[in-house]
Amino acid sequence: MTDTPVLALQTAHLQKSFGGIHATQDVSLQVVPGARHALIGPNGAGKTTLVNLLTGILTPSAGTIALHGEDITRMPPHRRVRNGLVRTFQINQLFTDLTPLETLAMVIAERDGIGARPCRALGRRTAQVDEAAALAERFHLADVLDARTRVLPYGKRRLLEIAIAVAARPRVLLLDEPVAGVPAGESREILDTLAALPADVTVLLIEHDMDLVFRFATRMSVLVNGALFAEGSTDEIARDPRVKAVYLGETSLA
Amino acid sequence: MSDAAQPATETLRRATRVLPYEIAIWAVAVGAAVFFPRYSPLWNEIAILALFALSLDLILGYAGIVSLGHAAFFGVGAYAAGLFAKHVMGDPLAGLAVGAALAGLVGLLTSPLVLRGSDLTRLMVTLGVALILYELANRFDNITGGADGLQGVAMTPLLGAFTFGLSGRVAFGYSLAVLFVLFVIARRLMHSPFGYSLRAIRDNRMRATAIGIPVSRRLAMIYTIAAAYAGAAGALLAQTTAFVSLDAFDFHRSADVMLMVVIGGTGYLYGGLIGAVVFRSMYDVLSGITTQYWQFWLGLALVVLVVVGHERIVRPFRAIGEWARGRFGQKDARAVDARERGGDGTVRGSDGKRAP
Repeated sequence: MTDTPVLALQTAHLQKSFGGIHATQDVSLQVVPGARHALIGPNGAGKTTLVNLLTGILTPSAGTIALHGEDITRMPPHRRVRNGLVRTFQINQLFTDLTPLETLAMVIAERDGIGARPCRALGRRTAQVDEAAALAERFHLADVLDARTRVLPYGKRRLLEIAIAVAARPRVLLLDEPVAGVPAGESREILDTLAALPADVTVLLIEHDMDLVFRFATRMSVLVNGALFAEGSTDEIARDPRVKAVYLGETSLA
Repeated sequence: MSDAAQPATETLRRATRVLPYEIAIWAVAVGAAVFFPRYSPLWNEIAILALFALSLDLILGYAGIVSLGHAAFFGVGAYAAGLFAKHVMGDPLAGLAVGAALAGLVGLLTSPLVLRGSDLTRLMVTLGVALILYELANRFDNITGGADGLQGVAMTPLLGAFTFGLSGRVAFGYSLAVLFVLFVIARRLMHSPFGYSLRAIRDNRMRATAIGIPVSRRLAMIYTIAAAYAGAAGALLAQTTAFVSLDAFDFHRSADVMLMVVIGGTGYLYGGLIGAVVFRSMYDVLSGITTQYWQFWLGLALVVLVVVGHERIVRPFRAIGEWARGRFGQKDARAVDARERGGDGTVRGSDGKRAP
């Protein structure tokens, strides 16, 4: 282990079974620091299960997960976040009763370790609030900062969904179909913010949209029936006839 | 660049400011003592109910924990304070602290039971805990007095100066002061990062976990705090009535307090206070009209409230409340607007109208 470079995210022989169904089979994923790594696979390939294993929602039946060399296989979900592994959701998971500003300031307070402080008001913690406002600006949320999240249009909510994860200052960011449901014309804002992520943030992109994958990612892993089917640079994968057969062929029909 | 951001951060910064309607509420409470001292025992009862309802709002309104057994903590606080006065010392503040602390401890110990599972599980578990405590108090009648109640709770003068008399004026002053202090603390707490994290958990527990909030620990914390608040309410009742009965643990008490919070509106602190006033007034008015069947009207009011919806019923009041606040010289319309959207502004407008 010691002579290999430390990977940002690594799984070793990861398994997850539900009854007799093997949702994840012997997945050994390697994501290098700073990567723009895509994880693709047809519906039912086990992408969601894998994400849930990585984030700790599910516990693997066997195998290990390491984040920057540290074994996090048994670590509770919120501790993984504090260690820099943060995800976004395919379906928006927002705090609908809070405003974007409150949400982001709260996330930043939590990240800064002052989330349980009972005294000074969140709104008076200038460092957190200012950072939240600046982040919102980058995510094109400046004009809706103090609107209740539940009344925001979908595009804004999608931006907030990603901004929340970025506010937690991830070292490894799992993006679960970031432009899902966003009309083509509006996805530009989201793609721009993704492109502007700091280079040292490792991104694992779980995606269906091949255009986006090829534009954004430099490496990719293909998941089929719960197992890693292929892994390599995007060019290699694009040329791989087996991948074309099981996956790319299908989507081009769709 | 940050033109748009500036007012919003300012709005959030000012969210803690005391608003005119809040001053009005407390002025009304003090006014009740000054101008209608004859009803002090009633005011005292309402203040205690209000504190009890506030404690439920902390977990129900802010953290989304439903409970049908909140009387468990009220009862623990009442018996703890009563027994403390009887066997240790009669100082009210010491007894209050003991009652709150013991109830908080019971809250902490039972909090693991409400962390997991569905709302139904929580309703049943909290109900169960209250039933267990009720029967324990019933069974160990050598300590608690059982069905006869705990007699002989004698208090020494408050702060060594104010003797609890038959008029109930000292009692009300005491209860109101405790309510006020605990309310101010709760208000601070709910504006803090801790309070926001609770609202995040209530809104979306999965995402709260996904941004690094230790959900179980936060919920255990607020459950403990709410239990201590309920214990303080129970202690006040024991001290100001010099008596504790099994009624403190009774199911109807848990149900009533839930009604009060629902009537007043959840998640903005004043809901419990307003709910307590409305509930107790309804009881007085309705039982004056029809002694035996007053709960018929209570039931009817509740059904209408839930079916028609809280917002819609109080919206006329909200409109008036907004108008009133405009008159009180809120320069920053955006600020009003932003606070209004808490879903809490709803009832806020109504209190000015409804408070006696």
